[in-house]
Amino acid sequence: MNEPRFLPVVPTDHPPACAASLVHDFTPELISVGAHQLCPGCGEPMAIRAVAEAVAELGLTRSCIAVFGIGCSTAFSNNLDIEVVQALHGRAPSVATGITRMRPDVTALTVQGDGDMVNEGLQEVLHAAARGERITCFMLNNGVFGETGGQMTATTVLGQRTKNSPEGRDARHHGHPIRLADLVATLDGAVYVARGAVDTAVNVQRTKRMVLKALQAQKRGFALVEVLTMCPTGWAVDTTRSARYMADHHARIHSMGVLKDTGGGRSR
Amino acid sequence: MSAGTLVIDTEACKGCELCVDACPPAVLVMTTDRVNARGYRHPELLPGCIACKACTAICPDFVFQVYRYHPSEEDTR
Ligand SMILES: Cc1ncc(C[n+]2csc(CCOP(=O)(O)OP(=O)(O)O)c2C)c(N)n1
Ligand code: SF4
Ligand code: SF4
Ligand code: SF4
Ligand SMILES: [Mg+2]
Repeated sequence: MNEPRFLPVVPTDHPPACAASLVHDFTPELISVGAHQLCPGCGEPMAIRAVAEAVAELGLTRSCIAVFGIGCSTAFSNNLDIEVVQALHGRAPSVATGITRMRPDVTALTVQGDGDMVNEGLQEVLHAAARGERITCFMLNNGVFGETGGQMTATTVLGQRTKNSPEGRDARHHGHPIRLADLVATLDGAVYVARGAVDTAVNVQRTKRMVLKALQAQKRGFALVEVLTMCPTGWAVDTTRSARYMADHHARIHSMGVLKDTGGGRSR
Repeated sequence: MSAGTLVIDTEACKGCELCVDACPPAVLVMTTDRVNARGYRHPELLPGCIACKACTAICPDFVFQVYRYHPSEEDTR
């Protein structure tokens, strides 16, 4: 029996038979095909995709080492067609420092969450930035310890809820959030610092340009791109409302944009 | 009528609906009567795709392949 069809649905189970160009393929070149286990509506895969695409576009695939922190995005560490080193919680900038100091020909990048970078390893990233290490750090900022079940982090903004703080952050009890990119931008060793987001398709494109710039800036010194990502599970917010929730809470305090771009050879 | 079209890997979809909100001409709709093997509803395409790649930029699960019709084909779709 044929089911009733009310909408003129276009067949999408095979490529078009007529003349057409493929303008975007499913999975980026450097990510292995197959389902990953991150939650529905998670923002982290889009950020990882931007990094993987940028590495491929800059021709760095065989000369790049990614150092992963601990968090949900770590699921991608054995899913990427580039060399990956797994660091202890928060220590990725120090591991990346060791890599570029021993192998200046290598592009060293880190992928860390906000809990990893700002709670567990704040001093690692600040000192690496101050020293002007030639590394590029990517921080996926969802304002929550996603992997361990939704606890508040140092970047959770006032009023933003997480699973174990359903009333939202309250300054009287929990203090105030840290704006990591703003902090790093004040350090002289940092040459490129930006904050992107993946809540809209336009912001994903903007973030991709920041990622490209940050990888290129590495020749001059320390670079950081913070990417605001949705965590519908950790915020206990429906996937269809999580992008809006992020724009209304997290992104209000952690504002998007390029915070620093020295553009020249100021730092060592 | 459409400048492009998609291939949708419905089995990879986790039903988050981010693509539906992202599509400028609103030509993606979620199924209401079918789910994939993991139990998720997934998007279907209506005529009018402009091949803008917004759906594939926002999709966390790499579900889309986007095609742009060659100009000669455009008028007829
Ligand atoms: C030294 C140490 N302390 C605590 C943990 C437990 N732990 C694993 S993931 C995680 C939170 C990660 O949060 P975040 O960096 O924000 O990443 P997300 O899961 O949100 O992507 C914690 C605390 C650990 N693995 N190692
Ligand atoms: S808990 Fe949050 S960050 Fe982790 S996979 Fe789920 S949505 Fe993503
Ligand atoms: S390519 Fe653009 S117009 Fe076509 S379905 Fe995707 S978002 Fe909609
Ligand atoms: S954005 Fe991707 S995973 Fe989410 S509903 Fe659309 S196709 Fe499915
Ligand atoms: Mg986090």
